[in-house]
Amino acid sequence: MISRRDFLQVSMAASALYGASGFGNWGRLAAQQKLTQDELLQFDTFGNVSLIHITDIHAQLKPIYFREPEINLGVGDARGQVPHVTGADFRKLYGVNDGSASQYALTYNDFTSLAQTYGRVGGLDRVATVINAIRADRPDAILLDGGDTWHGSYTCYKTEGQDMVNVMNALNPDAMTFHWEFTLGSERVQEIVENLPFAALGQNIFDAEWDEPTELFPPYKMFERGGSKIAVIGQAFPYMPIANPGWMFPEYSFGIRDERMQEMVDEVRALGAEVVVVLSHNGFDVDKKMAGKVTGIDVILSGHTHDALPEPVLVGETIIVASGSNGKFVSRVDLDVRDGRMMGFKHKLIPIFSDVIEPDAQVAALIDEQRAPYLSELTEVIGKSDSLLYRRGNFNGTWDDLICDALIQERDADISMSPGVRWGPSILPGQDITREDIFNVTSMSYGKAYRSEMTGEFIHVIMEDVADNLFNTDPYYQQGGDMVRVGGMGYRIDITKPQGSRISEMTLLKTGELIDPAKTYVVAGWASVNEGTEGPQIWDVVESHIRKQGTVSVAPNNSVTVVGA
Amino acid sequence: MEFSRRETLALGLGAAALTMLPMRVMAAADDAIAAFTGGADMSDAGVTLDAPEIAENGNTVPVSVSAPGAVSILVLAAGNPTPGVAQFNFGEASGEQSASTRIRLAGTQDVIAIAKMADGSFAKASSTVKVTIGGCGG
Repeated sequence: MISRRDFLQVSMAASALYGASGFGNWGRLAAQQKLTQDELLQFDTFGNVSLIHITDIHAQLKPIYFREPEINLGVGDARGQVPHVTGADFRKLYGVNDGSASQYALTYNDFTSLAQTYGRVGGLDRVATVINAIRADRPDAILLDGGDTWHGSYTCYKTEGQDMVNVMNALNPDAMTFHWEFTLGSERVQEIVENLPFAALGQNIFDAEWDEPTELFPPYKMFERGGSKIAVIGQAFPYMPIANPGWMFPEYSFGIRDERMQEMVDEVRALGAEVVVVLSHNGFDVDKKMAGKVTGIDVILSGHTHDALPEPVLVGETIIVASGSNGKFVSRVDLDVRDGRMMGFKHKLIPIFSDVIEPDAQVAALIDEQRAPYLSELTEVIGKSDSLLYRRGNFNGTWDDLICDALIQERDADISMSPGVRWGPSILPGQDITREDIFNVTSMSYGKAYRSEMTGEFIHVIMEDVADNLFNTDPYYQQGGDMVRVGGMGYRIDITKPQGSRISEMTLLKTGELIDPAKTYVVAGWASVNEGTEGPQIWDVVESHIRKQGTVSVAPNNSVTVVGA
Repeated sequence: MEFSRRETLALGLGAAALTMLPMRVMAAADDAIAAFTGGADMSDAGVTLDAPEIAENGNTVPVSVSAPGAVSILVLAAGNPTPGVAQFNFGEASGEQSASTRIRLAGTQDVIAIAKMADGSFAKASSTVKVTIGGCGG
């Protein structure tokens, strides 16, 4: 008798070899400039249940450019493993042709020229078209939003998430989980969630005072679709009060809580669930570890670390699906549920090429309605870029180099720090920079730019602390961001060392001298998690800097030496 | 990531103190363990320790212990200046041998739970709780 694991492996092989995911196919078609909406959406409906996953939209209502990371290092067991594979290695692994639309969507190389060929990606009106097409095949498909939805743009900031709530509601999701949403403050989150027309899930969202589950965020929801019982369990970002300002939502506690996850899986199985889906904002490596510890999860829809994978990763009998960020991808996962369990799957990561996929007229109008009151502020041109501006990558991106430079110039600092977040679209060389573009890489509810004195020793403590959030070999101790971006200071990092000994040779770039542990430096930064931070908003600092430059150019940054990669 | 001068100093001192701690403090924890077990071997199974991987607030970290059949459970914070946190004793009429409390942790360290069973044997569980500056996530 064939085991279920064999079934799943057959599904994986079919996906990889025959392009059941359609992936290899659209890559070749795209290279011939014949990419069409029908081909992007082509999918031979499989089994009896369909899941649609979108995550980490970061309030990107409109199509954008988004460059995937060049450097995305894994440590410990994750070293060299997906999703820590980039560029040519990634293309080789998945059989992606050079110069193809797949290369453009999934890797960083030749980004500027490919962007000119293949255009912008995303746009929730295009996403709506994809969702509608899947629902035409499978009317009772389950649409799941992995969170980081109500954060990341000018209109989202001004409306405290209402623009995203309005547009997402029009897409009619079945459930959602959370991360940056909580930075709207607990009162606002509660106000929105109480009126959501779908489930707000989080088995790990607890009441901080009593350390017990909340009523507002149930752990799971049961669905009956395609004649099967499906349980969707929510897993919010575990480290919200640590990575983000806990004082904005002091009533809540999070954590991984994988023992409770096991209890919830057992509970839904006892209630008759034939398939258990976890809608997760853990980040990919944390999901991989959790899949190995918790038994009985069929599918993890993974968010937070912004990885876009053309095929699921199989851990034991659990498949992990990663669907990218910023509205760039939607995943469709069809499941064959028989004899009370999942016997096989078919998967496709659908890239949202905005020039190929027709926008849904209704959602397009709704998006424009959200933007209309702010259109003149949004579209005001602040300057122009000579360089490709991007953020994603473990150590630095040109957007962050520009922000760090703005902090040093505008705040008269020796050193600047910019948080290693993974959101923020890219700007092509020659493109105008609008106010909207600046907000897309800086918008947040705690964006004040501080100016502070720190000793060299303390700067080292910060660098080591953040490095351990990224390079601790145990994924459960990782927070899912990238390394803090630093301006005015170079350093060497050995990612294989333990906390306290990774960072060395910290050098003040303007003098070329080593940072003196006992000496005090003026440090400017933003996104402090501390309450009462004072200073101008970061977007005003960046806007002022870009205005003065007129046209910005960002020189290659060689100030970080990485060892052990 | 802004810090007041006082916080900066406190953290700086904390970091400095931490680098000096391990030898002395682990010795204190080892002494406490020896006093509790009399140097007996400890099994890896039989006691469950539930603590967060990363503390949301190092000043109040929720910790739960459970050891069916235990007469006593000792909880230690190995990296604190005074490692002893609590010793929970269970009488014969105890419905279950479990307890929860909140502890303050001076920095990233191991929290240790040792259960003394009714037959005089011992079991140990340990969990690393990270105390971090935070920020920069996501």
